[in-house]
Amino acid sequence: MNDTIKRPLLRVEHLKKYFHTNKGTLHAVDDVSFSIHKGETLGVVGESGCGKSTLGRTILRLHEPTDGKIFFEDQEVTGLDAHAMKALRRDMQIIFQDPFASLNPRMTVSETIGESLLIQKLFTRKQGVELRKRVTELMDFVGLSAKLVNSYPHELDGGRRQRIGIARVLALDPKFVVCDEPVSALDVSIQAQILNLMQDLQDELGLTYLFITHDLSVVKHLSNNIVVMYLGQMVEMAPSLVLFEKPLHPYTQALLSAIPVPDPDYAVDRVLLQGELTSPINPQPGCRFAKRCPYASEACTKHDIPLKEVAPGHFVACTLV
Amino acid sequence: MKPSDELLSIEKVTIHYETEDGIVHALNEISLTMKKGETLGLVGETGAGKTTLAKGILRLIPSPPGVIKQGRILFEGTDLLSLNENQMRAIRGNSISMIFQDPMTSLNPVMPVGDQIMEVVEAHTKNASKEEMYQQACDMLEMVGIPADRSHEYPHQFSGGMKQRVIIAIALACNPTLLIADEPTTALDVTIQAQVLDMITALKSRLNTAMLLITHDLGVVAQNCDRVAIMYAGQVIELGTLQDIFKRPQHPYTKGLLGSIPSLTKNVRRLSPIKGLMPDPTDLPPGCAFAPRCQYASDVCTRGVPAIYTLSDTHQVRCVLAEQEVNHE
Amino acid sequence: MKLPVVKKQRTLATETWRRFKKNKLALTGMIVLSSLVLIALSTIVIDLATDNAVYNNYVIKQNLRMRLQGPSKDHIFGLDEFGRDIFMRMIWAVRYSLFMGTIAIALSTIAGGLLGAIAGYYGKVTDNAIMRFMDVLLAIPSMLLATAIVAALGTSLTNVLIAIAISYVPTFARTVRASVLTIKDQEFIEAARAMGASDSRIIFKYILPNSMAPLIVQATLGVAGAILSIAGLSFLGLGIQPPTPEWGSMLSSARAYIREGWHITVIPGLGIMITILALNVMGDGLRDALDPRLKN
Repeated sequence: MNDTIKRPLLRVEHLKKYFHTNKGTLHAVDDVSFSIHKGETLGVVGESGCGKSTLGRTILRLHEPTDGKIFFEDQEVTGLDAHAMKALRRDMQIIFQDPFASLNPRMTVSETIGESLLIQKLFTRKQGVELRKRVTELMDFVGLSAKLVNSYPHELDGGRRQRIGIARVLALDPKFVVCDEPVSALDVSIQAQILNLMQDLQDELGLTYLFITHDLSVVKHLSNNIVVMYLGQMVEMAPSLVLFEKPLHPYTQALLSAIPVPDPDYAVDRVLLQGELTSPINPQPGCRFAKRCPYASEACTKHDIPLKEVAPGHFVACTLV
Repeated sequence: MKPSDELLSIEKVTIHYETEDGIVHALNEISLTMKKGETLGLVGETGAGKTTLAKGILRLIPSPPGVIKQGRILFEGTDLLSLNENQMRAIRGNSISMIFQDPMTSLNPVMPVGDQIMEVVEAHTKNASKEEMYQQACDMLEMVGIPADRSHEYPHQFSGGMKQRVIIAIALACNPTLLIADEPTTALDVTIQAQVLDMITALKSRLNTAMLLITHDLGVVAQNCDRVAIMYAGQVIELGTLQDIFKRPQHPYTKGLLGSIPSLTKNVRRLSPIKGLMPDPTDLPPGCAFAPRCQYASDVCTRGVPAIYTLSDTHQVRCVLAEQEVNHE
Repeated sequence: MKLPVVKKQRTLATETWRRFKKNKLALTGMIVLSSLVLIALSTIVIDLATDNAVYNNYVIKQNLRMRLQGPSKDHIFGLDEFGRDIFMRMIWAVRYSLFMGTIAIALSTIAGGLLGAIAGYYGKVTDNAIMRFMDVLLAIPSMLLATAIVAALGTSLTNVLIAIAISYVPTFARTVRASVLTIKDQEFIEAARAMGASDSRIIFKYILPNSMAPLIVQATLGVAGAILSIAGLSFLGLGIQPPTPEWGSMLSSARAYIREGWHITVIPGLGIMITILALNVMGDGLRDALDPRLKN
């Protein structure tokens, strides 16, 4: 990636999002920085509670960031007023995880897809015929049969619902899409269909994805770069192939080795982790993974570990490297 | 398979749900056998009938709407379907126990976990004093890696992985000969899933328990099972050892499933998914249920349900394509 | 590839009706209510067509010679303490009970629904301000509140309506707030926000339609309560004034003659009871039909 020629489409600098809970301050996203170039995919990987979904939503300002800056095409997103933000939402969209919860159960397929066009005033209520035509086009585009226009979400299976979620996003012709675990609620064979669809859309429309998932194998062949998060912090960032071949952070290694490989002859050197995931409420300084890390030493918990560039584009936050 | 090794034998079981929207053909003449001590992986997608089969074995199918139409389920020689409710209760939790998918809802939220284990022990052992039973409950907790002094804590004080361990402790409390695990790790994170699966596998070999592991994750199967049964639309369409299924898959659906998984070990640009969707279980296509999605389908496939072809001692497949390779059994 | 057959389109209404009609008790309730509505409408039409002639000659016309006569062939429900035909009075009274109950509840549903939706959606200070005010209203028994309002504003039909509507607002605000709270955290609300939808669009198009089910049920049951309240207020002399026929006031004026003619108290009482029962079983049926998860 040549930074001098290509300017990133999205740049996130020291982004923080804290939530105030009864137990203390939850550091959901703590000092995350990265950039994504046009037409590329950044995978964000981590387990529950690592802040990956919060990160996606904070970038779209569905949550207001606590600190840090977000730039989209060199425009600072963090300072925009409601009006400018609404206009920007055409360019920045999100596909949700749960195709059951993310569709309004009282709206038909065509209403759901048309809704985004009406909200953004790309069509008015009077242009019923044109609107319907556009909706049918979009449905065809994502592989939904036209006879489903008047169906309600509860009549459809997960794969079809997720296609509706994709069509409603495409309606706005966005440049950047946050994909928040778009396939994790789907069956394997349907999962592959949706992943392929998303890949085709990226190729055809030049979309840029932030692909959030807990499943490393899903992002492997989709992503250019991958960020691994643990309890709100970035622990490693690297080009996809590098991360899989040479994971440096002990957590990335453990995560990779924990994935069950569908091959009976594949012998894994399991890095079995002790302990459980906690939540980053009032965290102590230092590496948050240290408690479960087999290599942890005193140095790990003394102060925060900065990200270090060990190879071009490969960043790790660990005292071992 | 020698009959003496046989622990569970499911013979042509058909279960329907008779709902307002029509009859849901959940299981269609399914047959399956399990040996003592083995781990059988049961793989299939949503609606394939995996959970119905598990509940059918324990006779936990809600009725109505569930109706067991026909078939026999032989467990250690007795037909479970012929037992009355009292006899069945003696088997549940005692010789057969079950782990459910969601650790969040499987525990009673207002009862300490130690007491919940004791309840099971109490229900299935006679003449034990309170202290002995409590001791046994603590032993079970220790066995699944939870310190015994946490036995007074309530489920909400445990994390998801810990709760699933408690559930496993409850399931194994009476030393069952068969453990049915219905997606035991689906709700857990990968690193926790690895811990829990390793623990289950270690415990079951220590206690010599047979396990029916229901999952949609072929990776979990490959790492934890001895044999695999692939289910589609209420039938087992392919059955074999790990090597049979992963290295020599015969059924187009099995091949499709394997092609759909993003691989960690290989570099592929695109996945090759199976076209289409699972058939509507109230309206199954005639003949082979997979035929409408199958790229090799021909007229023969829609004429009748394909027979089971035996490819080797261990490998069976329900597909007409196999006919060329073997003689009809 | 052959797509699975698309089932015929089922909207919420058709789906609900399909389940509702299976519940025979609720269906009976609905038939009773529909007949009552028909009766009420036809009395209005008759009044308009005959310029109140029927009303003046049969409903409020007194015939003191035949007072308290029991049921007979000519007067199947008998005559009241002024010799008026109870059957005609019962029929003419339907409109007051039913329509006033409905209007009062419609008013409080709209007001309570909006307040609840705003409280639930915005949360924090707004929520606290609205809901604490509702708590104050709830702390006063609704009958007492209505009595106080009517006593303060004077006895008139409108005042009775307003009084009853106000006393039911907190119930609806609470119902709607509770369902808004569960709905507003769902992903489809977030999806609408990501699309740039405004707050009012989210409330009216996403939140309210999805919280209709409990509201409809609450409203049906509320009408029953409102009818009772109207009857109660009339019974106390604060509602509809004689000679206008109203079940509550009929019951009230009849109570002095209970020893001389049982029918004049029993019949209005039965009328109230049957209507309330019909509304309640219908409300229960609607609840089950709108939310199938509650049953089975």
